[in-house]
Parts: sequence; structure tokens; C-alpha cells
Amino acid sequence: MSRILATAISEFRIAFRNRWVSIATGMMVLFALVLAAAGSAPTGDVGVDRLSVTVASLTSLAVYLVPLLALLMSFDAVAGEVERGTLPLLLTYPVSRLQILLGKLLAHLAILALAVTLGYGAAALVAVWSDPAAVQGLGSLWRLIWTSVLLGATFLGAGCALSALARRPSGAAGLAMALWLVAVVLYDRALLALIVTDGGGAFTTRALPVALLANPADAFRVFNLSAAEAVAAAGGIGGAAGAIPLWQSAASLFPWPLAAIGLAVAAFRKVTP
Amino acid sequence: MTATLTLSRLTKRFGDMEALKAVSLSLEPGKRAALLGHNGAGKSTLMKIVLGLIPFDGGEVSVCGAAPGSPSARAQVAYLPENVAFHPALTGEEQLRHYLALRGESPRQAMELLGRVGLAHAAQRRIGTYSKGMRQRVGLAQTLIGRPRLLVLDEPTSGLDPVSRRDFYDLLDGLAAEGTAILLSSHVLTEVEARTDSILILSGGQLVAEGTLAALRARAALPVAFSVFPAPGHEASLAAAFPEAATGADGHLRLSCPQAEKLPLIARIAALGDHVADLDVIPPSLEDIYSHFSRRDGQ
Repeated sequence: MSRILATAISEFRIAFRNRWVSIATGMMVLFALVLAAAGSAPTGDVGVDRLSVTVASLTSLAVYLVPLLALLMSFDAVAGEVERGTLPLLLTYPVSRLQILLGKLLAHLAILALAVTLGYGAAALVAVWSDPAAVQGLGSLWRLIWTSVLLGATFLGAGCALSALARRPSGAAGLAMALWLVAVVLYDRALLALIVTDGGGAFTTRALPVALLANPADAFRVFNLSAAEAVAAAGGIGGAAGAIPLWQSAASLFPWPLAAIGLAVAAFRKVTP
Repeated sequence: MTATLTLSRLTKRFGDMEALKAVSLSLEPGKRAALLGHNGAGKSTLMKIVLGLIPFDGGEVSVCGAAPGSPSARAQVAYLPENVAFHPALTGEEQLRHYLALRGESPRQAMELLGRVGLAHAAQRRIGTYSKGMRQRVGLAQTLIGRPRLLVLDEPTSGLDPVSRRDFYDLLDGLAAEGTAILLSSHVLTEVEARTDSILILSGGQLVAEGTLAALRARAALPVAFSVFPAPGHEASLAAAFPEAATGADGHLRLSCPQAEKLPLIARIAALGDHVADLDVIPPSLEDIYSHFSRRDGQ
């Protein structure tokens, strides 16, 4: 445990020096404040407190931004060590590859948690400031934070796995962007296209819920929207969230980080310095 | 005494190429061995196998009584890679604190270790601003953590100035005196000659010679060279006395003979009395011995 912690402290320091902490936090705060300002319009129409509406908008933001930040931070994890030539020496130390990877993930996860907490927190402050009744929505804010951390852990693990598979930072960056595009952007577009062509048939009723749960980003969105009962406030794919029981989307959120980290460790073990 | 490092018939292949062919050696506590060889002779491959960084195909390797790369072996072995690198964003002190923590030692020793390699003044600066020699010292400092039983040093003095090299070998002498076995590779044969106990010569993946410098010198049986300087006016008589000699630019004579005939030749020269102004005896250098053993078949 102390070796994981030592690695995490060192990684956090490096991320801080490389301005990752300020970039991640700044990005989340900026986007959250823009959404909080823009999200004031629908209040009253849907009959929920202002913070819950903000959380619904933040969910749509986080589903893109959290995976992006996670991949940007983690794609260098193994490939960077290989390129700098620091990996052989590190691997002669009495520390396992699992410990090295967990240390790096822990540091990146702490940065991500800090960024989402400050970002969402800023948006929540704006909401509560303009409408004191919005404190009712604090529960959904808290839910958004911890699910964002889980979503982040999934993509951090995936980024580390790609980093170990590519072994070169440029290749790892390309793979990370491809993963983001496919898992976060194109997957939804494809589902949407299928719904339209299906016209409420077997695909929409049977395959769609499974397809949504099979993607961590969609499971995150579905869970947050249905838990906040803010489905109506969200359009597009999110509208399908009502059809999926809460426990199913929650159950899909937890195994993903473990699977991604497992994959990363397996890929890292194959790297020969 | 149990050996710290034992290799027996170690074989490593990269595809069709045999990088190491049945290499056997053992290194006892407190002994310093120098691994010599051309680029591509297999030195780094051998070191990486000892460290457990790459697998091997045949033979046996025992590092401090354990398998190479096992947790027990890694806890007792320290490594300095060739062209050692660190994260440029960390300071020297932060990097060492990290390494200390990974070895389960107190990070407070970082400054003391940096002091031992003469880097205390730069401890708070980022490694990205260090010169190659300074990075090499950080690399050296991390090998001193926690009294390792085996040190594996790949080209440890590259990038160090002559004074730093001497300090470096002084540090090694101290470690060896405490029982640490040291395996190092170097291209600078003169320093290896003076500061190691035995020499291992790898050529084409084979261990072609092993032993102390004196033993290798005897085995190689290379000729001893002589420079004889004639006294003024005796150039011609001296040249006539040694018809086999070559004449150098300033009139001195160059002779060579097998080790066994060294003393008779000196006696012959001495018998010429005041015809001879001076005499230099030049034993075969480590370079000569090294070239003799590392010469490949057919060359």
C-alpha cells in the first residue's frame, strides 16, 4: 500500500507541475458555470428544483468531458515511461506492475475527483444562490460526483491499457482519441439512427436498453437522469432512460472500472522493457 | 562462501540470433567484476536477464539465492541503466524520495544520498535542468539505497568527468568492502584495469575470457614491447646489435618478445652498457588483451 501511495504522490506532483491539475479543474469549472447560466431557462416547465435541472445539464456535459479528461491524463502512463527510458529502472524496484499502475490511477483519479467536485460545486453554488429551494437537489449532485468518478476510473483504466498496448505516446494518444470518439460520440449516434429506422419496434424495446447498459458512458447518463427523474429535461438518447430500472444502470457502472483496470494490468504485464 | 550471482549455461535467443551462448559465471560477495565486450556482444542482454527484465531461453540464473526478477531478488539488487533517465518535472530530491519509498526506506535519507554523490547543491532543481553527468549521479545515488547485495551498473561512468569517475570508484570500493558484489560494464578499460577484481570478456554472446587481469595477461601471452634509446654516437652499433628491431622516428629502437624471453632480452640490452641511454618496457595493455580475446573467429 505504501508503494502505491508513494507512486501516487509522485504522479500527482508530476501532474501538478505539468499543469494537469489546473487544466482539468479549470475546464470543468468553466463548462459547469456556462451550463449553470444557460440552464436557467427550463426551470418551472418541468416542475423540479433548479439544481436538479443543472445536474441534468451537467450529466450531458460530463458524459463527454470526464472520459476525455481521463483519457488525456492516462494515455501517457506507460508509453511515456517507455519513451523517456524510465521504465527499465522502475521495473527493477521491488514494486509490482499492479502497484505501479494503481498508484498512477489513484493520482489521476484524485485529480479528476477534484476537478468534477469543484466544477459541479461551482454550478451548484450558482443554482442555490439564485434559488434557495435548489438545496433539494444536493442528493443528485452528490450522485453525479461519485458516478463521474466511476466513469473517470473506467476511462483512466482504458487509457492506461491503450498506453501499454501502444508503447509509444503518439500511438497511445491516437488510440485514446479513437476510443473516445467511438465509445462516447459515435455509439450514441449509431443507437439514435437505429431507433429512428426501427420506429418503436423490437430494437427500441429489447436491444436498446442492453446497448445502453453495455456502454459505461451511457450507463452513467441513464443512471443519473433516471435517478434524478429529470428524464424529461434531457433529450435524445437520454429519453430512453426511463425504460431502464435504476438498479440495472447502477450495476453497470461498478464493474466497468474494474474491467478497465484489469485490462490495463494485463496489457502492462506484456510490456518488455 | 555462497556466490551472490550465479549463471550457468545461460542462453538467450532473439529470433534466430543467439544473443548469449551458454554463459556461465559466478560473482562472490565483495567482488567487483567488469564485463567487457563490443557493442552487441550481449552485455546489456546479460544484465537485463540478471535483473529479471527479460526472460531467458536456457540455463540457470540465481540472484542472491532467488530467481531473477523475483520480489526477493529485486529487494537486494540495485541497477544503474546505461543513459539513466528520470522524469524531467521532478527535482533530484523528489525523485530520490520516491525511490526510497519504493524500497521501503525512509524518504528522509534523500539529501544524505545526494550529498554522497555530490549533488546536494542541486537537490531542489528539476532533473530536466541537469547535465548528463548530474543525471548519472542521481542514478548512482539511487543504487546506494538500502545496502544492496548486488549492484548491476551498465556503463556507469559515461558522462562523468575524470574526478567524478575517481569518486565513483571510491564509492564502489566502499560498497564492495561492505560485501556488495558489483557487476559493471565499461568502455574505459584503463579505469576497469585499476578498480576491479576480475574481468569478463563477452564476444558474440560467448564468455571468451574470465579472470584477474594478471591471469588473463598470462593466458594471452602477448609480446612485451621495448623502446631502447641509444646513447649519442652509438645509434649504428646499437642497430647492429639488434637487427630484428624497427627504428623509430627519433632514432630509438622498438623491440618485442614473448613474456618468457623478457628477462634474457633485458640482460642483452644491459650488456651493451653505456651504448644505451634509456629503456622502456611496455607490458601488453588491457586494450591489447581485450582485442586478443574478443577477436571473432576468422578475424
